[in-house]
Amino acid sequence: MSLDPARVLDLDPLLDDPKTRIVVCCGSGGVGKTTTAAALGLRAAERGRKVVVLTIDPARRLAQSMGIDSLDNTPRRVKGVEGSGELHAMMLDMKRTFDEIVEAHADGDRAAAILNNPFYQSLSAGFAGTQEYMAMEKLGQLRARDEWDLIVVDTPPSRSALDFLDAPKRLGSFLDGRLIRLLTAPAKLGGRAGMKFLSVGMSMMTGTLGKLLGGQLLKDVQTFVAAMDTTFGGFRTRADATYKLLQAPGTAFLVVAAPERDALREAAYFVQRLAAEDMPFAGLVLNRVHGSGAARLSAERALAAAEDLDSVDAENPGSAAAENLDEARIVDQADGKAGLRNSPDTYGSSESPASETPAPDEGSPAATDRTAATDRTTATDKAAATDPERSIDQLTAGLLRLHAERMQLLSREQRTRDRFAARHPEVPVAEVAALPGDVHDLAGLRDIGNRLAAHRPELPES
Amino acid sequence: MSRLQVVSGKGGTGKTTVAAALALALATEGKRALLVEVEGRQGIAQLFETEALPYEERKIAVAPGGGEVYALAIDPELALLDYLQMFYKLGGAGRALKKLGAIDFATTIAPGLRDVLLTGKACEAVRRKEKSGRFTYDYVVMDAPPTGRITRFLNVNDEVAGLAKIGPIHNQAQAVMRVLKSPETAVHLVTLLEEMPVQETADGIAELRAAKLPVGRIIVNMVRPALLDDTDLALAETAPRTAIAKSLSAAGLGGARRGGLAERLVGPLLQQAGEYAERYALETEQRSVLAEQDLPLHELPLLSEGLDLAGLYELAAQLRKQGMS
Repeated sequence: MSLDPARVLDLDPLLDDPKTRIVVCCGSGGVGKTTTAAALGLRAAERGRKVVVLTIDPARRLAQSMGIDSLDNTPRRVKGVEGSGELHAMMLDMKRTFDEIVEAHADGDRAAAILNNPFYQSLSAGFAGTQEYMAMEKLGQLRARDEWDLIVVDTPPSRSALDFLDAPKRLGSFLDGRLIRLLTAPAKLGGRAGMKFLSVGMSMMTGTLGKLLGGQLLKDVQTFVAAMDTTFGGFRTRADATYKLLQAPGTAFLVVAAPERDALREAAYFVQRLAAEDMPFAGLVLNRVHGSGAARLSAERALAAAEDLDSVDAENPGSAAAENLDEARIVDQADGKAGLRNSPDTYGSSESPASETPAPDEGSPAATDRTAATDRTTATDKAAATDPERSIDQLTAGLLRLHAERMQLLSREQRTRDRFAARHPEVPVAEVAALPGDVHDLAGLRDIGNRLAAHRPELPES
Repeated sequence: MSRLQVVSGKGGTGKTTVAAALALALATEGKRALLVEVEGRQGIAQLFETEALPYEERKIAVAPGGGEVYALAIDPELALLDYLQMFYKLGGAGRALKKLGAIDFATTIAPGLRDVLLTGKACEAVRRKEKSGRFTYDYVVMDAPPTGRITRFLNVNDEVAGLAKIGPIHNQAQAVMRVLKSPETAVHLVTLLEEMPVQETADGIAELRAAKLPVGRIIVNMVRPALLDDTDLALAETAPRTAIAKSLSAAGLGGARRGGLAERLVGPLLQQAGEYAERYALETEQRSVLAEQDLPLHELPLLSEGLDLAGLYELAAQLRKQGMS
């Protein structure tokens, strides 16, 4: 199945468009969301925009490389950015963000009372959804400051990608809800007198909750909500405002995934959900896609050949591999294209034939290979004299097994992607080739940025 | 062998899979294991290829040798209603509370309350006995929250003690903590051989130890086979490409001369070897970080065909072979 060019997600125009003000990277945990957000931010900055990246939980070394490993909850300018733009980055401190809201909206004494309230402390540090809510709050703050023309947001590593949309609303409606108002009524109206206005159900409920949690907690909640309520407007209003900001045309959602079953299943849910919520969805970023420069050699054939080499060694230790060469099968072609008379053009694969698209990492494999081969041949021919042929055969068998593993991975990834594409043919995709290691410097992020924005698919189509 | 086995791990490391494989591995020779899910994701149902699990214990698999695996997806709201019913005999009032949103309120208002209900349910299953006096479940395996939250989740005593200083919840928390901090419990951490999950595992172990919770084992998941060893990798650096081309040609993969099919494979194959070498070096580094933790280490292979039910049984067999059950 080939990738229809119409479905290739072209990221540069999105990043360059001055109308794009917010890019949200979402997806399930462990798919490279933070790295994608940072790489997009760097790329946009180096293309001339003034960017701020809001990361939630970056890997330590990535944070250090961007100079945002200190938790001061404000954006820092990232050094080493090339070009005319600017990159600022920050790491979210959810408790600090919550504290700042309180400090900004309450006078000294009242703020202190809220900050010291045990219920507040528990809520600001641990409530499921606080992190999501604070990420959105911070996004709103950054947008309001209007110092940057592009904000790239990473989303919290929620247990499910969907939490990110629900949690702010949940926390908002929870803090602003009917129930909490009823609960706080006694405190506001001055103790028992207020209870008269409550239904029987409610008084029973506060009674039960009091028994269950201990009276102190309920009292803490009541004091807390009363203090919050008088100092700043409803949480729901704030949550609604952020929600509307996300729906605005200047926002672009990118769903990040890896070509694995679970990650793509989450991605599919997210795509549907964004559509249902009228959120502006730009496309799917598919990280960690594997390729092979030798995709025409199937896993089965590679394994069979590796076994051949093993058995040659076992039967005839020390035999020169060259003796087994069938000279008749070797035909050199001037253009380097496969043109063997007695050898199949592709190595009898159960897969569909590979195309001639060059490998992702080699501009022109035939040409570069050849010069490299010539260099190495002269340099290492002497070494060959000391290396027994047997270990070369062993190495070759190992290389073939490694290739077989890669091809199995490739076909598994392909099946997973095909399933996604079949269900969501309208979704544009940007593929990013897998890196063997982790990214922890600007050069690495720049490399990812290049891979993200590559116009052609990274892989040979098959 | 601890009877409550808690499985945590960074998101994406496959902790649900490992928890399920562990339950299968523990359910040998007529033993019975309960696999408990606490995050409402229905991950167990997906793994065992069944429909969504209700809030009740039901048999989902038979292990080799006749053991049984039961599963329970705990719903914190229903758990709280159960709990209120037990202590206050609420009857219809429970439904009224639910309608008012009070249950949602109570479980969200105090994260510790939610956690104590979840861990409490698991501890209850650990202690439950049949009329005959034998334990209902020989083992309870919990698919727990991720490493970043596990200490907080299990350390309900501290969480709840700050909020509810008296009352049944407080007592419940005390009882739960007695089980969790005893040798009856072991907390295992699942990781991959990658920088972030390994770092998070090391941090998680330090936190668990500081909270005096019993750390069990480290399970490295999705380990790729070692296809090239140090000797091979060194040789790949120095070996003449012509020799490799000849070797490939000898194995019937085409011509070894320049431009021949075999010769043209050498570049890509060596590139893959180079990528492998880089990953191999990173993995070696991560293995040494894990070794410093001074805990039993297990490794589970990456299943080349992806994970399905057969793969789950294969992982269970691996865990059994490695002495985890």
